[in-house]
Amino acid sequence: MNNNEATYNYTVVRQFAVMTVVWGVVGMLVGVIIAAQLLWPELNFDIPWLSYGRLRPLHTNAVIFAFGGCALFATSYYVVQRTCHARLFSDGLAAFTFWGWQAVIVLAAITLPLGITSGKEYAELEWPIDILIALVWVSYAVVFFGTIFKRKIPHIYVANWFYGAFILTVAILHLVNSAAVPATFWKSYSAYSGAQDAMVQWWYGHNAVGFFLTAGFLGIMYYFIPKQAGRPIYSYRLSVVHFWALIFTYMWAGPHHLHYTALPEWTQSLGMVFSLILLAPSWGGMINGIMTLSGAWHKLRDDPILKFLIVSLSFYGMSTFEGPMMSIKTVNALSHYTDWTIGHVHSGALGWVGLVSMGAIYFLIPKLFGRTEMWSVRLINVHFWVATVGIVLYIAAMWIAGVMQGLMWRAVGADGTLTYTFVESVKASYPFYAIRLLGGVLYFGGMVIMAWNVFQTIAEGRKVEAPIPAPATSVAAHA
Amino acid sequence: MDLDLNTLRTLVTVTAMATFLGIVWWAYGPSRKARFERDAQMPFDADDAGDAK
Repeated sequence: MNNNEATYNYTVVRQFAVMTVVWGVVGMLVGVIIAAQLLWPELNFDIPWLSYGRLRPLHTNAVIFAFGGCALFATSYYVVQRTCHARLFSDGLAAFTFWGWQAVIVLAAITLPLGITSGKEYAELEWPIDILIALVWVSYAVVFFGTIFKRKIPHIYVANWFYGAFILTVAILHLVNSAAVPATFWKSYSAYSGAQDAMVQWWYGHNAVGFFLTAGFLGIMYYFIPKQAGRPIYSYRLSVVHFWALIFTYMWAGPHHLHYTALPEWTQSLGMVFSLILLAPSWGGMINGIMTLSGAWHKLRDDPILKFLIVSLSFYGMSTFEGPMMSIKTVNALSHYTDWTIGHVHSGALGWVGLVSMGAIYFLIPKLFGRTEMWSVRLINVHFWVATVGIVLYIAAMWIAGVMQGLMWRAVGADGTLTYTFVESVKASYPFYAIRLLGGVLYFGGMVIMAWNVFQTIAEGRKVEAPIPAPATSVAAHA
Repeated sequence: MDLDLNTLRTLVTVTAMATFLGIVWWAYGPSRKARFERDAQMPFDADDAGDAK
């Protein structure tokens, strides 16, 4: 292992960047399979391992923690080194985070189809895997903050603040929500009970959205958009306020997942109010990213990587408007438990998290493999349009299906009886499940195009090491 | 005045709000305009010197 202080550690960045693409293909394929199962239930072939209830957590874990997680590891390790002018704190520990994280993913892919689950959404993995996650995550924190600590540049760039908040918060969320009493090696029971267990779970769940799926990817935005656009961020001062506004408000929004449940009424209202406040920092950040292109909009026409990065922010803006709206109790009374929620999640996941990650990986792959650009820039453009059409089909279908379901479930006749049976709402959703599958297939198809393009770029490239600029350069640039 | 739990909660809320407003004031203070514009250049300048060729 090359462990000198003259170059950056690109090895671990390369490993995570490549696995982002691999797990993206796998996770999205599972998504396509379960979307098809909703249309053709026979597709589980009566095999328990392939049943919807077991594959669905496999899909969510694979796309969030395997695809999204690897993208965050790759980009954060790249950004923290290059903005600190320092090699990663420990090559050994960084390698452990890579192999440890891959082990977690493989264990998830084995245990979830077997039906081994703690039943908490986005925290399904059983306690032995939870312990491994905790070890990997603490190592990640040591590597990341250790690198910040040995930086050669006085100021800590804003992207690192977002990555740092993501790493720190996810550690706390995981440790608190995964607290459990093991019964056997593969079965445990939550340390909390009843409404408190639900509240802890959704405090975790929403902050996983807020810090894993938002803060981390905003770190990507604050580095890769300025780099790809060749211009500094629109307002650095806004980015400081953006950061702290998110930190001060996100923690309180979780109860909106538990409207009209056994949760105390005041807690529900608190969650709703903080969710509404969240619109301000979310849109502030989105505007900051998009306005970076102010005066250089033509770049968007010619540069497909910039298209990924900027359009991801449009979806971020849409879903962070939709989220606060859906957290309003009267709106939630219509939307909760319907496919509208699925549409909302995928507007954020496919549109924001997916596109921004893909843009960053398209930026990274040529640099990590000694090329000036991807094997085919035209295919990046094809990927962008296939993915975008897929997202629009997906979320539009789920919006319509969701609002329809909500209206059918609450419709009552003059004598107060329900107008529709539940199965009638399922039947009415059927065409929209077909459109959703089509959207998912397109999005997955885009990911396959990306995998092919990445494979070709690596095939004609070679692994490179980048030198760390001499201290004199650093000082001169920041005098 | 008794310092009961609710007083403590009020204090924490007010302190948090004041801290946030302090951060906004700090970020937008005119005397710090130049340094933030310099910080925004961080992904560029020296960073590009190390780009793999």
